[in-house]
Amino acid sequence: MLAKRIIAALDIKDGRVVKGVKFVNLRDAGDPVELAKRYEDEGVDEIVFLDITASNEKRDILKELVRTVATNVNIPFTVGGGLKDVDGIREIVRDGADKVFINTAAVEDPGLIREASEALGSSNLVIAVDAKWNGDYWEVYTHGGRKPRGIDVIQWAKKIEELGAGEILLTSMDTDGTENGFDIPMLREVVKAVKIPVVASGGAGSPEHFKEAFAVDASAALAASIFHYKKFTIGELKKYLDESGMDVRLG
Amino acid sequence: MSFDTVILDFGIGNLSNVQKVTGGKVTHDTDDISRADKIILPGVGNFGDVMESLSSVKYHIVDAAKEGKYVLGICLGMQLFFGNSEEGDGEGLGIMDGSVKRFEGVRTPHIGWNRLLIRRECPLLQGINDGSYFYFVHSYFVQPKDTDCVVGTTVYGEEHTVRFPSVVWEGNIFGVQFHPEKSSNNGLRLLKNFRELST
Repeated sequence: MLAKRIIAALDIKDGRVVKGVKFVNLRDAGDPVELAKRYEDEGVDEIVFLDITASNEKRDILKELVRTVATNVNIPFTVGGGLKDVDGIREIVRDGADKVFINTAAVEDPGLIREASEALGSSNLVIAVDAKWNGDYWEVYTHGGRKPRGIDVIQWAKKIEELGAGEILLTSMDTDGTENGFDIPMLREVVKAVKIPVVASGGAGSPEHFKEAFAVDASAALAASIFHYKKFTIGELKKYLDESGMDVRLG
Repeated sequence: MSFDTVILDFGIGNLSNVQKVTGGKVTHDTDDISRADKIILPGVGNFGDVMESLSSVKYHIVDAAKEGKYVLGICLGMQLFFGNSEEGDGEGLGIMDGSVKRFEGVRTPHIGWNRLLIRRECPLLQGINDGSYFYFVHSYFVQPKDTDCVVGTTVYGEEHTVRFPSVVWEGNIFGVQFHPEKSSNNGLRLLKNFRELST
């Protein structure tokens, strides 16, 4: 059986990890490769790099990052952040990323989903979706959560699947940063609406929260700060899930 | 004693971590292939397309396999061992007997971490426990004619399940359906086992 995946997210700016990451015994806590390797050793199943570099050198910086990670890290990794066109996406896969995610560009031009999934193979293309409850429905946001789009996340998820993407990375803006748990009602509805894997993101604060996400059939669950700040280790989390009867990859 | 390993370059994807672990040389030069002691066929792409881009070196690979050189096929690289595939029209290397089928009745591609169920001992799997997880990304799987070569299998599917060969071995030829280079310590161990094979 396929294991439920635990994903660690790293925010990258100018080739460096942002948000203070508190690992002991790291020579350089801002080095994305060293951090990614540490997470691999701890047993994480996948790493997502969100690049927030805004400078003109973005493309070169990202290329260098992807190549270095691909050489040194031996688990799958996903890269995204500000990607707009098929050429840029293809280049990242060629440099060694296993998957690429897009967010705003997919909403602005849904045709890009079809184009990119045909160019890369759908298993390589992830669509990141940020959404928030507006009283009537979960509304899709873009531009890093700044711009409401008037789109219902359930409809958007179905469209993403139809256009050929391989996976949805679903972040709840309501729960993100709260550490009170994933947005289970939204997650449950999105998982029910599509057949492609859905990754839960936003709000993880305890091992129980991961169990809740997997109980509604999320294929994977992502967290950043709780792993960075060592609230609990990935090993502890997986041991808990294993004892709860879930299929997870242990050491 | 050291052996020269070549990693065949199909022009897609990044092979730097396979190179790092095996100490191999990424190449598609026929002289390199002829000189090598071990050949790794990595695995990204489409069966037909890759066989086409391999056409100039196809017989060098077949000869090397016949001479008893160690060959490791990864994912599509293993599928190329067989005569034909439902994925494309091209003819495979034909160094193993059988064919390549598409998954039916299960969600494809099969992508993620799944268990290797070991049927019997194999030098490639030394030090790797039965039930270990490896990372898979594929929609097709191999069906060897003689199932004796199947040393490991994997089960996939929810209501309907498929058990497919995930490791095959016949003499000097080894194939794995998963990506050892993406499978953390178990994968590194497997690549190290291949590196340490001696004649």
